[in-house]
Amino acid sequence: MSILINRNSRVLTQGITGKTGQFHTQTSRAYANGKNCYVAGVNPKKAGESFEGIPIFENVAEAKKQTGVNVSVIYVPPPFAASAIWEAVAADLDLVICITEGIPVRDMVHLRERMQKEKCRTLLLGPNCPGVITPDELKIGIMPGHIHLKGRVGVVSRSGTLTYEAVGQLTELGIGQSTAVGIGGDPVNGLKHIDVLQMFNDDADTDAVIMIGEIGGSDEETAAQWVKEHMKKPVVGFIAGVTAPPGKRMGHAGAIISGGKGTAQEKLAVMESCGIKVTRNPAEMGKLLKSVLR
Amino acid sequence: MKIHEYQGKELFRKFGLVTPRGLPCFSVDEALAAANKLGGSVWVVKAQIHAGGRGKGGGVKVAKSLAEVKQHAEKILGMQLVTHQTGPGGQKVRRLLVEEGADIKQELYIGMVVDRVTQRACLMASSEGGMDIEEVAARTPEKIHKVFIDPSSGLTDADAEEVPRKIGIPAAALEESKELLKAFYRCFDATDATLAEINPLILTGQDRVIALDAKLNFDDNALFRHPELVAMRDLDEEDPLEIEASKHELSYISLEGNIGCMVNGAGLAMATMDTIKLFGGEPANFLDVGGGATAERVTAAFKIMLANPQVQCILVNIFGGIMKCDTIAAGVVTAAKEVKLSVPLVVRMKGTNEELGKKILADSGLPIITAGNMGEAGQKAVAAVLGKSGRAA
Repeated sequence: MSILINRNSRVLTQGITGKTGQFHTQTSRAYANGKNCYVAGVNPKKAGESFEGIPIFENVAEAKKQTGVNVSVIYVPPPFAASAIWEAVAADLDLVICITEGIPVRDMVHLRERMQKEKCRTLLLGPNCPGVITPDELKIGIMPGHIHLKGRVGVVSRSGTLTYEAVGQLTELGIGQSTAVGIGGDPVNGLKHIDVLQMFNDDADTDAVIMIGEIGGSDEETAAQWVKEHMKKPVVGFIAGVTAPPGKRMGHAGAIISGGKGTAQEKLAVMESCGIKVTRNPAEMGKLLKSVLR
Repeated sequence: MKIHEYQGKELFRKFGLVTPRGLPCFSVDEALAAANKLGGSVWVVKAQIHAGGRGKGGGVKVAKSLAEVKQHAEKILGMQLVTHQTGPGGQKVRRLLVEEGADIKQELYIGMVVDRVTQRACLMASSEGGMDIEEVAARTPEKIHKVFIDPSSGLTDADAEEVPRKIGIPAAALEESKELLKAFYRCFDATDATLAEINPLILTGQDRVIALDAKLNFDDNALFRHPELVAMRDLDEEDPLEIEASKHELSYISLEGNIGCMVNGAGLAMATMDTIKLFGGEPANFLDVGGGATAERVTAAFKIMLANPQVQCILVNIFGGIMKCDTIAAGVVTAAKEVKLSVPLVVRMKGTNEELGKKILADSGLPIITAGNMGEAGQKAVAAVLGKSGRAA
């Protein structure tokens, strides 16, 4: 088992004809079972055509009807990305993964409201995230597949390259991963740390979790409280941004300390008080995880 | 993106909020002409910079005669205004706002942000305006009233009526307050604002509600649909290095330390800064080269880091995914040669084409200090700076 995706997922690429969508569809397809999982693409102007053998459909609903896709990955440019997400949600897919960076916050506010009001069951991962990978089964997103190793540790993070850093450290120590999930760096997004931790908690093939956070917001604190009350598996953590000054946005739209809230120190303290082992040295995330494995 | 107070008030007026009458001025003569044109007997001369706390820093003065308007304008224009938000160097004042004086009976506060938990715009209102609102929020959170706004219906009549009552606005001003709050939300929503604040919002002796200040920040990602807002951008208020960086699609922020860092990815960049700090050093900047860096972008990044005279060492930390280590290595070598690098360079590379990248660095003949992991990289960078200056920061 694993969480969110596995070798049986059927994946649709929205934005398959753009440069980014093409590149990542190619590399994702070349990883593990990707060849069998990537079964459809969407572009209303190129319906009926194909990309390297993957049929292109007019819209998500049509792609679902024809190929039975249950997961979509989105590489559509920012001005159109929120409506692309909605299209996939409206088609009632299981999971939508939005890689696109730079979507206006207001578009996301309106989208999330609509998803909630219409009681959509589709899960959204991202936007502005690297995607998700279940090693040796399926990679959906922009992460380098070769650094991963199949195993029993879950990884969840707001940042892309910092996720790779954690995965790289684990692999070097010979510790494999069940699934690695990038939830993205935007302030208004889909799945949060707490949601992914719940999934790892319920996953029979995950033994422990690395949770990586960033300054800004209070998602890590909320997740830590949940861990304290419900998590049956060890969790270790790191928070980036101890040195970040207040009021300066550190690359990610969500990474900003405002009104003295959302500092790394505060998050680390709450995590520790909830029984999560933390490190202040990002080079030691792997070692720390190793220390809690039973 | 940030704008000036006078620009914020222009926007507010377009959406139906009431502000004092005022005119932006770029010289003392213009300030005098503005006061004459406005008429009356009391004016306020306000420094226009993109930072809060201007009053405490001496950038806001009341004038009771034209001579005083002249005197204040002369003093404020061109001054280095230091506030808690500008840093110790302050910000040079290049623009003024001259306004008619207001009859202040009570100072209130309203603000709006996007709340991450509810994923909705949140209206905050308090009877305790004028002072440091963050202090009020920390000490007496019960004095801040919050309303989370449903984006499909906007601020409801019920909420727009209840909030003014809660912050002590008298009955006579309730109708005007209700309209003001609704206009405030419309402005926030229509301009893709990420933050809007009126501090203080005042109640006058005649029970009118007026926006005495205006602070608006906009979502950079939404500027493509707001050319009218882009036209308000004032480059004088931004860090020249940050402007240069944005031209090369680099995300750069100047900091106070002496170790320059170039990293791919925002989270890894912050983690690298933290590592430097952990080993007793101070980062000179945040710099994310992004996912698709070319040799040109790496060179631009080096030039920007080195334009900061504080920098005594550069640390490059790359986790190659899509971005290949050999591409970065070639860029680093080209950049180091082109800028005739004279400070120590520590490089840590990991991921795609790692070996190729390391070979390029080794073959370059440059005195590059390599590191196996980011902890070691941080340690070596701090040691390099210590060796040079005898102190870490």
